[in-house]
Amino acid sequence: MVQFRLPKNSTMSEGKTFKAEPGAKNVKRFRIYRWSPDDTSNPRIDTYEIDLDKCGPMVLDALIKIKNEVDQTLTFRRSCREGICGSCAMNIDGANTLACTKGIDEVKGDVKIYPLPHMPVIKDLVPDLTNFYAQHAFIEPWLQTKSPTPEKEWRQSHEDREKLDGLYECILCACCSTSCPSYWWNGDRYLGPAALLQAYRWLIDSRDEATGERLDDLEDPFRLYRCHTIMNCAKTCPKGLNPAKAIAEIKKMMVERQA
Amino acid sequence: MSAAKKDMRTPLGRVLAHGSAKSGTGDHIRQRITAVAMVPLALFFTGFLVALTGADYETARSWLGNPLVSIAALLLVVAAIMHMRIGMQIVIEDYVTGALLRSIALIANFFFAYAVGLACLYAVVKIGFGV
Repeated sequence: MVQFRLPKNSTMSEGKTFKAEPGAKNVKRFRIYRWSPDDTSNPRIDTYEIDLDKCGPMVLDALIKIKNEVDQTLTFRRSCREGICGSCAMNIDGANTLACTKGIDEVKGDVKIYPLPHMPVIKDLVPDLTNFYAQHAFIEPWLQTKSPTPEKEWRQSHEDREKLDGLYECILCACCSTSCPSYWWNGDRYLGPAALLQAYRWLIDSRDEATGERLDDLEDPFRLYRCHTIMNCAKTCPKGLNPAKAIAEIKKMMVERQA
Repeated sequence: MSAAKKDMRTPLGRVLAHGSAKSGTGDHIRQRITAVAMVPLALFFTGFLVALTGADYETARSWLGNPLVSIAALLLVVAAIMHMRIGMQIVIEDYVTGALLRSIALIANFFFAYAVGLACLYAVVKIGFGV
């Protein structure tokens, strides 16, 4: 059966507390998941007290401040710090989002930060996304054509181009897939909302000529039909996209080619 | 996914696995058609039960002897059982891991649905014909 409880080696304990410097007035507590592959201890929750008067407004600002000034061992991914690279996706205050676009003032009480759920953890807030990226590669996210390549370009009407809005903006941060219970239980066979949204982005592209083959590859009880419209994906997407709708559209295409 | 460390296949190789089963759309369509069918059929059946409140067996038998009532009851059984089988199959595929346990559960679900379905159909026909 599916394992609903944490395995013994994953249960968490209380870790260290790093106090704010004396005289700090605007203190916020950050409770952060810590785990290292370099020792055999279980994960722990470390507490960092941060003076918000000396910190930027976003959760990522606080994480960078902790790493620079308090505890250099804290490990996390980050790059663009403006919601476009998808590196700093993590579970903040109970929901998957980007640390760089989540304001500290949006969180009431302590800021609880965990890695993306149900992924193998490499260290601290860094999950192993190998399978996630392989699923993206599997849907072959590039233009595929059979007609002779035109001299100048593959043309597309404005109306057909508009169909890609709400799809091309995905930054592959993995917030959606790792919030999906179907992906938690069957992530090895279910492609997950992120890969399926990208699959639909190419299925609906009027220039693409591999629609049939793409649908053939997706027509599977696990790859596509594990989506039960739970909608966590749409709720959590930090870019405001709706993968559940894209998946529903793929299912409609499946039905249309049968009838 | 903890098994991934022992698995020497490439990440893409694991995703490709056995390829597409080229199925799933049939069950997807059947699940929706039976859901739609059950709306009027369930309303009919509820009305049927309410109308028969306090009635004796003979009255119930004569109602089920009416071809329209009998066929509606049979359709409800077919739609509900088909819907139940697919729904339960999806739950098993979601939560039951391990090839052997999953196969046993799926086969048991198949047998259970058909046994219950046939028993219901038999009962409706038997009462309807008054045999």
